[in-house]
Amino acid sequence: MVYYRFDGTFDGLLTAVFQAFERHETPDRLLAPDGIVPLFYDVLHEVETDGEKARRVWLKLGKTLSRASLSGLTTAFLTDNPEFPDMAFRYICRAVTSDGSIENDFSDPAVLSVLKECRRVRGEAHRLLQFVRFQKAADGTYFAMVEPLFDVLPMAVSHFCDRFNDQRFILYDRARDYGYYYDGEEVRRMSIDTDSSYMNTGRLTDEMMDADERLFQRLWRTYFKATAIQQRMNPRKQRQDMPERYWKYLTEMNGCD
Amino acid sequence: MTEATLDKLKILAAAAKYDVSCSSSGTVRRSDGNGVGNTVGGVGICHSFAADGRCISLLKVMLTNYCMLDCAYCVNRRSNDIPRATLSVSEVVDITMEFYRRNYIEGLFLSSGVVRNPDYTMERLVRIAKDLREVHRFNGYIHLKSIPGASRELINEAGRYADRMSVNIEIPTEERLKYLAPEKNHESIFLPMKYVRQGVLENKEDKRHLRHVPRFVPAGQSTQMIVGASDDTDRDILRASSMLYGMPTMRRVYYSGYVSVNDYDPRLPAMKQPPLVRENRLYQADWLMRFYQFKAEEIADADNPNLDLDVDPKLGWALRHPEVFPVDVNRAPYEMLLRVPGVGVRSATLIVNARKFRQLTSWHLKKIGVVLKRAQYFITCGELTARTVADTSPEYVRSRLVPKSRATKDNPLQMTFDFNS
Ligand code: SF4
Repeated sequence: MVYYRFDGTFDGLLTAVFQAFERHETPDRLLAPDGIVPLFYDVLHEVETDGEKARRVWLKLGKTLSRASLSGLTTAFLTDNPEFPDMAFRYICRAVTSDGSIENDFSDPAVLSVLKECRRVRGEAHRLLQFVRFQKAADGTYFAMVEPLFDVLPMAVSHFCDRFNDQRFILYDRARDYGYYYDGEEVRRMSIDTDSSYMNTGRLTDEMMDADERLFQRLWRTYFKATAIQQRMNPRKQRQDMPERYWKYLTEMNGCD
Repeated sequence: MTEATLDKLKILAAAAKYDVSCSSSGTVRRSDGNGVGNTVGGVGICHSFAADGRCISLLKVMLTNYCMLDCAYCVNRRSNDIPRATLSVSEVVDITMEFYRRNYIEGLFLSSGVVRNPDYTMERLVRIAKDLREVHRFNGYIHLKSIPGASRELINEAGRYADRMSVNIEIPTEERLKYLAPEKNHESIFLPMKYVRQGVLENKEDKRHLRHVPRFVPAGQSTQMIVGASDDTDRDILRASSMLYGMPTMRRVYYSGYVSVNDYDPRLPAMKQPPLVRENRLYQADWLMRFYQFKAEEIADADNPNLDLDVDPKLGWALRHPEVFPVDVNRAPYEMLLRVPGVGVRSATLIVNARKFRQLTSWHLKKIGVVLKRAQYFITCGELTARTVADTSPEYVRSRLVPKSRATKDNPLQMTFDFNS
């Protein structure tokens, strides 16, 4: 058996494809950096990421795949599914060797896998648009903390800059410990280095809040409760559409009035 | 904005909650860099889900729940002795803006009881929308209710600020509507719909030869029917929907299982639970009409005027039409694939693409996401050997697919809305 192991980056993946052709090999599996190496193998090749090789594979891909498929591939790559790098490897190998386009061959598990993981990642990015909750701080900045499953903040931040273009805000990914600060003109990546309680709870303390913040939170919670119909209670559906892992930072699911 | 606002909001959100429309879809409006808000991609964003599992996308609230009318099915009818409240224009505007800036909502869905006269009420709804757009430069979503009987001028003005407008027909047949809501008739409902429709069409026409044409209800109209407050059949309801969808600007028809709010009124049926299964079946039927190319007539025909509560309407149709099956997945046109129980729009699209590359087997279908447990009775794909509905009988297939103690029957609250088969 022939195994390749790469460093987990997208360039590493592309380099692995390049090397497979260079070495005239068809690896049985592409292993992630922390992937378990099987007991028996003939070859275990460590792929050394090389920007130039990666670029050449990417250019070649650009000739056979549509833009939508290219972006689908890079989006899907953000998934946490440990099987995915191997699937993506097969997908790219097939794409660069086929005459016609393969992106719609949904009888190929690799093609389906790209579609499926891309959908999962986009779903998570969409949940940010749904479930981010800003709190207004005393200085007028709006602050929100999230912990998405994947690194999707970069996919969502432009939406918030567009929507709240006259409003300074911080959108922070606690799991990856970085965020974006938008000052009303430009957005930049930043991280906050403090142990203050608001960084752990995601909730601004009373001193940090704008004078009216508490009132609007209460109004929102009041509304949230009043709009539900008692005769139709369905907590299962609520959980299904609003996964519990988001509740921690949802204004309406926390605090009592 | 004070404690008192809190109490008013509580009353007026509860008063508005039986209107099921929540959607914020149908408009794309990028922020113009001067003001706040956008609407994205034509699909709405659900910001939260209430304990009843319904999506919260808009701040759905009534301006007032005082009403001079006495519709039997409505909690706000004048003969009810309930807490009443009225929000001021600036309260509605402020709450909307503040909620929006915190990403709680996509915008506002504003309705109202009728006070003094229709125009007086409509005018205040318009004031709020106008303030939001012109004073606060709000670019988010606004859904306004047309007050039945409001003048054309006011509806036209409302249409310049609103993304969507709606007026609920509530009861599908006019005779029963008049019985339950003596002060209303179909004209009072269809007239505001017509004003909006004409406004949209004129607006389209203007856009052809004028450069700067203001928007006019870009997300079209919606309406709602109450299910189970009158003895209309599902066939009555679906035929009404189909007629409504035939109107050029009608985007969505909603169905609201009647919640028994006025059980003292002898004109209404006594019900412990809202008819949730029936409501769900109607949404599925609606879905079939909008995305699966089914006609109302096919879903509820004269012999079966009510939907089968045990099976979804697509399976119901398939069982009534064994003669069209089995469908060959490697050859059948897309429209036929859509008719197969267990095959959704998504899997039908994948099948049509994938079969260009090779003969598909049940293994491929499974990977693609076809629910074989259902589909197997209705398809062939080379090697598949299951006995189809053509080899057996609709009764046999039905007995395989509907276990005796069906979960949906036992507990309608466990039903979900998701419909992909
Ligand atoms: S007009 Fe509207 S608010 Fe008034 S009673 Fe009828 S349905 Fe209720």
